[in-house]
Amino acid sequence: MTKLEFFNELQSRLDGLPKAEADERFSFYHEMIDDRIEDGLSEEEAVAEVGTPEEIANQILSEIPLSTLVKEKVKKNRALRGWEIVLLILGFPLWFPLLIAALVVILSIYISIWAVVLSLYAVDLSLALCAVALVVGMFIYLFQGNIGGALMSLGTGILSAGLAILLFIGCVAISKGIIVLTKKSLLGVKSWFVRKED
Amino acid sequence: MDIQLKRGLLDVCVLAAIKSEDSYGYKIIKDMKPYLELSESTLYTILKRLEMANLLVTRTAEHGGRLRKYYHITPEGLARIEEFREDWKEIQSIYQFITREEQSND
Repeated sequence: MTKLEFFNELQSRLDGLPKAEADERFSFYHEMIDDRIEDGLSEEEAVAEVGTPEEIANQILSEIPLSTLVKEKVKKNRALRGWEIVLLILGFPLWFPLLIAALVVILSIYISIWAVVLSLYAVDLSLALCAVALVVGMFIYLFQGNIGGALMSLGTGILSAGLAILLFIGCVAISKGIIVLTKKSLLGVKSWFVRKED
Repeated sequence: MDIQLKRGLLDVCVLAAIKSEDSYGYKIIKDMKPYLELSESTLYTILKRLEMANLLVTRTAEHGGRLRKYYHITPEGLARIEEFREDWKEIQSIYQFITREEQSND
């Protein structure tokens, strides 16, 4: 990849970044590549060493708050014509509730995903409590001299404990997965905001 | 390594890289290379953070027909390195506490 290609791609991925922010970062990478070329590397090697535009763009996006990107986007589209403003105002009773509804739907889907996870944790907790109760039960059976009852109680207790542990591992994995997915979707939303419009 | 611990260490590393003389991005990466690998985007974030905290200041100078940004450590930056040396003594004694059982077993 040549320097020009590198910066063209980076530019198209970060088109909506605030100008000052973008300029500062781009000149940093310019300097990094030029210094490597001066050090004896070829242009292609120098570009390859600083990383791919995709990696760099993702890292930059993850550092910048979504609100900054939205603000920048709104600023860029400020050149509205008179009739567009009229339409926006007249259409307000229509688009505003729709926008709110869409946001609430997204939020409620997200909350219900976590609710499922929370209920799994609750099941897990009840299994763990079952295990404790059954072990206590075993001692009561023993005290009464009921060996068969004690063995059954111990067996089911260990079974519940095992299930509780397995379920807990599953729950943690699911929670981590959701957090990773959340981060990824946020990154997706951000790059949608800054990407060059075709 | 723990991410918070690493972040603090990297800050001091970059300050140490510009301690004796002003340096620029690529030179900092090259100087640190024998000790640790640092990506450009990580370095950018660290430099920005240090600049915001007033631990270093930047100046732009011409070099070979183009501009290059130089980083200069401030008295606060030097103090930060000193602070780290003090912290390090503490860390060492904590380390000895953590590993004392292993040592007494030998």
